[in-house]
Amino acid sequence: MSARKQTIVVVGNGMVGHNFVEKLVDAGLLEHYEVHVFGEEPRPAYDRVYLSSYFSGKTAEDLSLVPPGYYEEHGIHAYLGDPVVDINRRKKIVYSAKGREVHYDKLVMATGSVPFVPPIEGNDREDCLVYRTIEDLEMIEAKAKVSKTGVVVGGGLLGLEAAKALADLGLETHVVEFAPRLMPVQLDDAGAGLLRRKIEKMGVFVHVSKNTQLITDGEKRRNKMVFADGQELETDIVLFSTGIRPRDDLAKKIGLKLGPRGGIVVDDMLLTSDPSIWAIGECALHDGTIYGLVAPGYAMAQAVVHQLQGITATFTGADMSTKLKLMGVDVGSIGDPHGMTPGAHTYVYQNEPEEIYKKIVVSEDKKKLLGAVLVGDASDYGNLLQLYLNEMELPEHPDDLILPQRSGSSSNLFGPAALPETAQVCSCYDVSKGDIIKAIDDGATTLADVKAVTQACTGCGGCTQLVSDIVNYELEQRGVEVKKDICEHFPYSRQELFHIIKVEGIKTFDELLAKKGQGHGCDICKPAVASIFADIYNSFAMEEDKIGLQDTNDRFLGNLQKDGTYSVIPRVPGGVITPEKLIVIGQVAKKYNLYTKINGGQRIVMFGAQLNDLPAIWEELLAAGFESGQAYAKSLRTVKSCVGSTWCRYGVDDSISMAIKLEHRYKGLRAPHKIKMGVSGCTRECAEAQAKDVGVIATENGWNLYVCGNGGMKPRHADLFATDLDEETLFKYIDRFLMFYIQTADRLQRTARWLENLEGGIDYVKDVVINDSLGICDELERQMQFIRDTYKDDWYEAVHNPEVREKFRMFVNSDERDPDVVFVKEELTGMYRPATPEEKLKGIAVEVRPNA
Amino acid sequence: MAFIKVCTKDDLIPDAGIAAKVGDVQVALFYIDDEVYAVGNHDPASGANVIFRGICGDLHGELMVASPLYKDHYSLITGKHMDGKDLAIPVYPAKIEGNDVLVDVEAASQAA
Ligand code: SRM
Ligand SMILES: Cc1cc2nc3c(=O)[nH]c(=O)nc-3n(C[C@H](O)[C@H](O)[C@H](O)COP(=O)(O)OP(=O)(O)OC[C@H]3O[C@@H](n4cnc5c(N)ncnc54)[C@H](O)[C@@H]3O)c2cc1C
Ligand code: SF4
Ligand code: FES
Repeated sequence: MSARKQTIVVVGNGMVGHNFVEKLVDAGLLEHYEVHVFGEEPRPAYDRVYLSSYFSGKTAEDLSLVPPGYYEEHGIHAYLGDPVVDINRRKKIVYSAKGREVHYDKLVMATGSVPFVPPIEGNDREDCLVYRTIEDLEMIEAKAKVSKTGVVVGGGLLGLEAAKALADLGLETHVVEFAPRLMPVQLDDAGAGLLRRKIEKMGVFVHVSKNTQLITDGEKRRNKMVFADGQELETDIVLFSTGIRPRDDLAKKIGLKLGPRGGIVVDDMLLTSDPSIWAIGECALHDGTIYGLVAPGYAMAQAVVHQLQGITATFTGADMSTKLKLMGVDVGSIGDPHGMTPGAHTYVYQNEPEEIYKKIVVSEDKKKLLGAVLVGDASDYGNLLQLYLNEMELPEHPDDLILPQRSGSSSNLFGPAALPETAQVCSCYDVSKGDIIKAIDDGATTLADVKAVTQACTGCGGCTQLVSDIVNYELEQRGVEVKKDICEHFPYSRQELFHIIKVEGIKTFDELLAKKGQGHGCDICKPAVASIFADIYNSFAMEEDKIGLQDTNDRFLGNLQKDGTYSVIPRVPGGVITPEKLIVIGQVAKKYNLYTKINGGQRIVMFGAQLNDLPAIWEELLAAGFESGQAYAKSLRTVKSCVGSTWCRYGVDDSISMAIKLEHRYKGLRAPHKIKMGVSGCTRECAEAQAKDVGVIATENGWNLYVCGNGGMKPRHADLFATDLDEETLFKYIDRFLMFYIQTADRLQRTARWLENLEGGIDYVKDVVINDSLGICDELERQMQFIRDTYKDDWYEAVHNPEVREKFRMFVNSDERDPDVVFVKEELTGMYRPATPEEKLKGIAVEVRPNA
Repeated sequence: MAFIKVCTKDDLIPDAGIAAKVGDVQVALFYIDDEVYAVGNHDPASGANVIFRGICGDLHGELMVASPLYKDHYSLITGKHMDGKDLAIPVYPAKIEGNDVLVDVEAASQAA
């Protein structure tokens, strides 16, 4: 193990340069290489793509791509604010502005680009600015303070983003574009026209076909722009956004081969004319193209890292499709948006009232997608891009792709089977469907295996459903019987466990484990079994032998927050609350310095309660007549209601009373996942009942019942289940429906997903619940009656049972609170929020929250 | 080597965790099959002191705790992260003597 480590020097600590370093770390290459990074800017790499959010309150730290201490932790030498000024290629030494000399074995140029400023007379005036770095933004912000008007030169992607920034800073904003339309590269005339109308509606002035010739002193404003057609425009600020030029000054100085119009020439290996030097990102000229987007830059970084790992890897170009939210307008452009390919056909969908424009360009035989333009609604972008990138065969009528999906027509173009292998499924860890298939081919047989191998689902978790669908689909394709086993401890599904526990009358986890399982259990099976015990016996979460089964939220009867504190949400049935109770919430929140917010469930949440304080807080709330809101449990959450016939001029029935009745009827009911309900007083549906697991809407003749709606990650409109019901029948159906769901759903499966996976679908559920086709309705109702009869308020139990109450403490041997939980005053709201890791680390001077 | 008493056996909750403070060190104690296991209470994946509030059990036969925040699994035996992240929590020697629960926080072993 004596081989000397080789040295890699990275010139440029921008988005791509840093991504390269990160990839080196992740590939374990630091074992073999010592890494030195030089950056010209004074701070570590930050997210230029989100640069504009700096104006909406993001700080340089928020934008940073480098977690504090990252370079130190990995032993990477980073020199910031110290550009490389020269390189001796023969001796392989870089020289920096501050006099550092570092020898390298391999060198990576990632010097990015600079904004291009067209050679217009007056372009060097004091008010002429560009938009690329945090320093540029600081300058724009400072100038804006003393200005009234701003002009952005350039109506491309970046120009429009810059215009938004100026408008947000309160300036009268103009966009001046040389071409006859906005975003000339990506959009066609019609799409650009619509975009222009939308932007003008927001108060931004758009001038196209304007060729600026001179910038000089203005009369009313500080500057005046003069155009080739003789017209003039007065302005204080001129912001150039007319493209980029690769940053190749250093490369030029050391004699690397450059392109005719600049850019460091690289081959498919990303090697420059010097075989020890690679160039990646916006400074690299590959096959005559400079890629002005991050994704191709990251792909280049990946290719170089692969080469260092000994894997043959090349970069052969990248797709330049883009999707953006420009000034609040969704815009997408894919492939050949102008239909320049010979024989291409186009389909256009234009919706004037809703301001939507969609165009697809397809091949002569109408089998392949060649390009697309989306303005106003880019929700199809992902799907269209997959069709384009993977050259997938189009449906018989390609226009189905852009025509709105009206009710009735359901498109299954994009199920797990239809997705191409290259489709990115997990964006957090860049896992494609192909990666998942490979994991399965390599022996993974469960979702857990696939997660462990690919890291999919381990970031934000948003892709879990899709990944799980793909895993199940692929396993079924291979004839593998998809094990519905809940986990390695029980060879049963949740539904099977439910029946075993019920039929055999099993009452403890240990008994269940001894009879039907193995090992000690885990965080999957334990909460699921706890929930089943609650469904069947209405057992209390804090019984001694149940404590270890509970997810932390159920064990401490609050929602665990990122810093280890809990949120407190009392029940507010139907969203209706008396002034007296409002005052009590205010008093409690004030006393314990909690952060209050009106939440999405028509009630009030108090954030930041410490474990030790929970019983005292709840004691005060209970005394004022509040009950637990069970916002921590997989159980009924809230019943949302609208105004209803008591007050609303359109209300046909009393939605408020109905909501309150429903909330009291089903409160505390444990279920495989949370349950939400809504009641609207008329068909205008202000309570959004059709987005709930159970929705009720008043009609002239009674109540309409809707089921299996969902908001959240994958919204689903509820299905109409029965119409014009009287109250008694309504409750009866809901009782049966909920119990049937509880007994048959998988763990963590909302009613919407349950229905989608249920053979026979909604008609089957109607048959069971309305026609009693399984002959179980009596039993379902009896079980619901039992749960209702034995309902106890969790928090009442916890506060009034000394043994339980004593368990709400941080430490068994001390009354201290967690010393690492620190709150600081938030300027915007004047309330206390958790301190950020940086604030804690640096002990930044902030006002810290006192204890109650 | 200094074993310190942190609580009594009755304070432990079967198949669940509690936390104790020894000087500045936060220790999470799990009581499984009449044995006590002590690990650090700080979850490096989330940065919060929450380990004792996690569900314990086993994965492929190795005793573990699942952090309640993002469900990272740590071995109660080695402290290592069990789902492939380069993270670990310290493991402390712990024992039950008579009715006393003892922990030695000076003798932490931290997996690489
Ligand atoms: C507080 C609240 C946000 C707010 O400030 O408005 C909230 C906060 C959380 N929601 Fe929510 N949701 C809140 C209303 C909603 C709504 C709106 C509604 O109910 O009308 C939705 C969409 C409607 C729906 O559920 O169909 C919603 C969809 C989700 C989802 C996605 C569920 C899905 O089926 O896709 C999750 C994740 C989950 O449950 O797995 C979630 C999970 C969470 C958790 C519990 C995440 C967690 O595990 O820590 C958040 C707790 C934060 C905390 O610190 O307490 N929250 N959440 C709202 C509490 C309502 C209440 O009093 O009970
Ligand atoms: C406002 C804005 C919005 C954008 N939006 C998007 C978007 O939505 N999608 C998208 O894909 N792309 C977007 N981009 C483009 C994206 O930011 C770039 O593609 C990306 O930053 C390129 O990374 P890079 O590392 O090649 O260059 P840079 O991020 O510019 O990094 C180069 C770094 O090298 C430094 N440097 C130069 N010379 C030297 C030297 N001699 N020594 C040391 N350091 C040196 C520079 O100071 C700079 O810090 C946007 C850009 C801007 C400005
Ligand atoms: S959407 Fe819900 S889960 Fe996501 S951050 Fe907001 S409150 Fe938390
Ligand atoms: S998208 Fe997969 S974890 Fe976030």
